Amino acid sequence: MRHGPLVFLAAFFALSASWFGFVLTPQVELGRAAQETNAVMKAELYPMGRPGIARQGAEIYRANGCAYCHSQQVQQEGTLVSVVMTDAGTNTSALADYLNQLLPGRKYMGPSVGAGLPKVILTNATIDDAAIFAKKLKSAGAASQFRLVPIGPDIERGWGERRSVAQDFVMDATALPGSLRVGPDLSNEGNRHRDPNWQLVHLYNPATVTPKSPMPAYKFLFTRKKIGKQASPDALQLTGEFKPDAEYEIVPTPEAKALVAYLSSLRSDTPLYEAPITPAAAPAAASTNAPTK
Amino acid sequence: MNASSTTSSASDSISIAEIDQSCRVPLFQMFASAAVWLVVASVFALIASLKFHMPGLLANCAAFTYGRVHPVATNALIYGFGVQAGLGVALWVIARIGVTRVVQPWLIAVGAKLWNFGLLVGVIGILVGDNTGFENLEIPRYGVVFLFLGYLLMAIFILATLHNRRERMLGPSQWFLLAALFWFPWIYFTANYLLLSHTPVRGITQSIIAWWYSGNLNLVWFGLVGLAVIFHFIQQWMNRPLYSRHLAAFTFWTIVLFGSWSGIPASAPVPAWIPSLSTVATVLTIITAISVMMNVCKTCGHGCSETESPAAGKFIAFGTMAFGIAWILNAVGAVPGVNSVTNLTWYGVGVWQLNVFGFFAMTMIGAIYHIVPQVTGMEWPCGNSPKRHYWLALIGVILIVAPFVIGGVVEGFNWRNVNVAELEVAKKSLMFVRITTLGEVAILLGNLMLLGNLVGLSVRYYRLHFVPVYKGALAEIKPAEVKP
Repeated sequence: MRHGPLVFLAAFFALSASWFGFVLTPQVELGRAAQETNAVMKAELYPMGRPGIARQGAEIYRANGCAYCHSQQVQQEGTLVSVVMTDAGTNTSALADYLNQLLPGRKYMGPSVGAGLPKVILTNATIDDAAIFAKKLKSAGAASQFRLVPIGPDIERGWGERRSVAQDFVMDATALPGSLRVGPDLSNEGNRHRDPNWQLVHLYNPATVTPKSPMPAYKFLFTRKKIGKQASPDALQLTGEFKPDAEYEIVPTPEAKALVAYLSSLRSDTPLYEAPITPAAAPAAASTNAPTK
Repeated sequence: MNASSTTSSASDSISIAEIDQSCRVPLFQMFASAAVWLVVASVFALIASLKFHMPGLLANCAAFTYGRVHPVATNALIYGFGVQAGLGVALWVIARIGVTRVVQPWLIAVGAKLWNFGLLVGVIGILVGDNTGFENLEIPRYGVVFLFLGYLLMAIFILATLHNRRERMLGPSQWFLLAALFWFPWIYFTANYLLLSHTPVRGITQSIIAWWYSGNLNLVWFGLVGLAVIFHFIQQWMNRPLYSRHLAAFTFWTIVLFGSWSGIPASAPVPAWIPSLSTVATVLTIITAISVMMNVCKTCGHGCSETESPAAGKFIAFGTMAFGIAWILNAVGAVPGVNSVTNLTWYGVGVWQLNVFGFFAMTMIGAIYHIVPQVTGMEWPCGNSPKRHYWLALIGVILIVAPFVIGGVVEGFNWRNVNVAELEVAKKSLMFVRITTLGEVAILLGNLMLLGNLVGLSVRYYRLHFVPVYKGALAEIKPAEVKP
């Protein structure tokens, strides 16, 4: 490498390679992703577009750098399977004997096998083991279904029901997956804290709802004003030391409300083909953006 | 290639003093602004750090919320100090090795002005809430335009200076700098055009591009420029060529081939081939660190401490060490088993600080302490302060990096342990984060010394060179003013 053109070509070659790899190819692969009827079992469009106020809230989230402390990328370390028996067949006593053989340590009695169906009879199995088990059940005359259970600390913490995938970000104007978790992941915040008032009070001063929280207060998203003829219906319900002086009230600005609308719209519970889950027994609330409760 | 051989082999119509003089205008412009940005960066970093002691601090002021102060600190460090000082030092190194005068020094200074204007506009943009949301690319569109034009203006004439060299054969430092000069506009334009134009790319591909850019900036650009400077000074001070040119070429290839694919976290919600490829590349950058260490140690032998300018040499020796540690930590952090703990924790912040401040900024500060007296022909007003700055920066870097790295690992284990509540995890890592505030204070004090020294030196320079000229001119004018 004694001459300039050679060095230039070397740099050009290396940079083009990574440019093709990480700029062009993902663009070809994902750039045209759109809403799809990708959601398992429901065939509804996913992801849903956010309502206008939540979209404004996303801008507040971006402008104030919330993503420096909160990620939106749930990780999953694998998927385990629970086998649910949906039908015990007719020969229950044979089935019970067979189950006792397959699952040592459990005692199934003839007729009671068929009681309380559907019921989980095998948990934490790998997909292969579960398939073998299901086959055996079928040979004994019973019918069964699989329930997919994603695992990993993030999911156990309730930050999401499954891992985050590219499809989750399709409708975001700015993708904000974050890079550091000073606080919890927010992928599923809309399901974790459904009460918008909790979110508002938390933003105003996090210490009010989580004592000694290291999260900064966002008082600039609120106005402190004198109570007029009537107390404002939006005024925060603060208690104890956090209560403003008499005659004063703390009212959220439109920015605060938009931010809360955005936080409430964060859900990560839609089953997708690339990240399958089985919704819990009770059907999950449809992923609308309206705050429940 | 070595400094003394170039001087002797070149056709000798240009003296070193002439070369240095031709650098003076742009270098003074760039180094002074870089020093101001360095202080700005550490002030904002300190404010951001204080938020972890008092969450209610400045809570009524939107511009000073953590999520705005923090990106201002990183952008001032990267673009205000890092890229600007890097280009300045690169200019000087290129002119010196090539034994040639700087081409169009005034236009380079204009480029630097544009760059600083763009950055100022960008930083104000971040403070008023126009943060783009992409890490290391937070500066809004209206600032980026000036930054890009300023860079082009500076880089074109630095390249022209390289082209004008009298010693035709290129040495390792020049390969690194040449590649870096081309690299930045490509990645910067690609990332900003695709992310901030009127029809940006959509969804998570935005993040892939932002990660790709960050990897290329933090590893490739800072790596290439920082190592070029380290290699140059080692050769100059040791007065001998690098131990192995081939090893240096190998280092070059590993940086451009592996570094350019690094940066995408394993947890990224994207198709699995992307983070897998990036993980492999990041782990392989460990080879770069080892090859640099071998080359530097073999070149220096046992004479590392005997340098011609002690303070600058200390900074650069520290920068070299920090480079090795930072790149090794970065590669180790990408290994799948480790990554599942360290990913998305303070560990990454610590490694970033070690790479950008410990390695790159320290190297550049050392180079500035060495270059400015040469270029102006004057000693630093406070002769002891470079050494004091060195110790402050050393303590600062250790107090920032060690707690972040250790705290990051602790935090990672805590996040994985579901029995530790969220608030507890945050509180336990808070202790480590609070220690880093001390480091920020030390670094701020050191950076103030650099700025103070530069200001003192320019005042002296002004008194020495301009005041007599001005008085002389005044004296000549006076007779004409007297009306008969």
